[in-house]
Amino acid sequence: MRRILLIAVPYLWLLALFLVPFLIVLKISLSDIALAIPPYTPTLDFSAGWDGIKEFFANLDFENFEFLATDDLYWKAYLSSLKIAFVATFLTLLVGYPIAYGMAAAPDHWRPTLMMLVILPFWTSFLIRVYSWIGILSNEGYLNQLLLSLGVISSPLTILNTNIAVYIGIVYTYLPFMILPIYAALERMDESLLEAAEDLGCSRITAFWLVTFPLSKNGIIAGCFLVFIPTIGEFVIPSLLGGSKTLMIGKVLWEEFFNNRDWPVASAVAVILLLILIIPIILFQRNEQKQREAEG
Amino acid sequence: MRRVTWFNATSLTLGFAFLYLPMVILIIYSFNDSKLVTVWAGFSTRWYGELFQNEAFLDAAWVTIKVAVISSSIATVLGTMAALVLVRAGRFSGRTLFSGMIYAPLVMPEVITGLSLLLLFIGLDIDRGIMTIVLAHTTFSMCYVSVVVSSRLVSFDQSLEEAALDLGCSQMQAFFLVTLPIIAPAVISGWLLAFTLSLDDLVIASFTAGPSSTTLPIKIWSSIRLGLSPEINALSTLMISVVAVGVITASLVSKRASLKRQADERAAGG
Repeated sequence: MRRILLIAVPYLWLLALFLVPFLIVLKISLSDIALAIPPYTPTLDFSAGWDGIKEFFANLDFENFEFLATDDLYWKAYLSSLKIAFVATFLTLLVGYPIAYGMAAAPDHWRPTLMMLVILPFWTSFLIRVYSWIGILSNEGYLNQLLLSLGVISSPLTILNTNIAVYIGIVYTYLPFMILPIYAALERMDESLLEAAEDLGCSRITAFWLVTFPLSKNGIIAGCFLVFIPTIGEFVIPSLLGGSKTLMIGKVLWEEFFNNRDWPVASAVAVILLLILIIPIILFQRNEQKQREAEG
Repeated sequence: MRRVTWFNATSLTLGFAFLYLPMVILIIYSFNDSKLVTVWAGFSTRWYGELFQNEAFLDAAWVTIKVAVISSSIATVLGTMAALVLVRAGRFSGRTLFSGMIYAPLVMPEVITGLSLLLLFIGLDIDRGIMTIVLAHTTFSMCYVSVVVSSRLVSFDQSLEEAALDLGCSQMQAFFLVTLPIIAPAVISGWLLAFTLSLDDLVIASFTAGPSSTTLPIKIWSSIRLGLSPEINALSTLMISVVAVGVITASLVSKRASLKRQADERAAGG
């Protein structure tokens, strides 16, 4: 009896506030176009019994999805989100790997402090961390002031409101997600393997490519997914640092909803975004599963 | 792997400079006297003064703290229950769906979660306000809590609880007297995580907040959209300091606790 209660409370909460809302989004995405005025047709009429349910399904239509397919704004935004997420993930790996490597190579008594320094930004406001880059990257910003005074450049660089600023923002805010799994993989590594490689005549660099890098592969994969998946739907970074030409689907959904007030289209955008995300999410879970089995 | 080379030292230095410089610059310029954020005009604390006179910010801060305390507390209870279900309940019908619903919100884009909850509240004709934000925040943060707590529960030695049951405790008593104190660090860090997630959330709050219930991130968002503001720098500095002090204190406390535990174990063993 107590067991049933223990299961039922969180279960019902999640059903009511997580699953049902998604079914509503799915339903509205298949409704007729109607601007922000519920009820959306078709409505489900349970009192009519089976006929009501049949009628509901007969009246669902795909016009919102057809609209998404014909207006090239949307598929361009999906493609551009994927591209930005790919490039940003790669850049985050490039920046994060040496840091994780340096942490794993640091003396034992430094490590808790280094770990805390990596986690600390994760606890500070995301919004503020993105905001801090506006002052650095703008035309009159600190970076341009510095470069101008050093004489590196003669006129200010335009970085803010470009995709470069979006990449910087993503690398900056998601860096801890990349560092931590790679560090975890490197920390577990057996040092004697490297010594063996060097005894057998490897240079440090070949030993790194032949031993260290392959052994940290699982950490790299986990880190890449942890950056890639949330980046696709990112809204705050492209809105603050990107320009009007930066197309990301999270931003499009937001604008569709708040500016155009077209809820059925916003719902359809969300449904397709979810469909795109299912593939990396499943791959990520497989990777985690494999790692757990390898350890267990 | 223990090798301090110039390469490792440089990558750590550059890496941490990258992570911290933007925040350090923000903090320095919060004490700038000029209204122009990027031009230094001498030291001053005037923006802190103006911040504390700005009713809109203070109201929003109050709403945010209320929402964060209530939602993280409910989320901790629900998330701990969910963790117990995940680790202990064994097979039951709908288990796959249950664990799916625990893990899905962790990777779900916030715009989708926000949109779906808003459509639910509209469908049920619930007025948007503090309550709807609390419901939304509780839902996604209980998933984080359950992940944190369940990783601790997995390593929990169940024989301790069985011993308590043998000695005449009811199941409830065994949980509250034995299990809960042992998993308490995970429950507390779950609460803290839920609390900061709620403090920080802009997107989901924007969808689920009503006109009278603006949270601090929503307020910050609308000011940032108008450009840099020295008041936001002051506010950011305050928020960064609170978090830094909190995290550093927590890590010192847990370090002392683990040192003490080690000493106790050594004493008991010796």
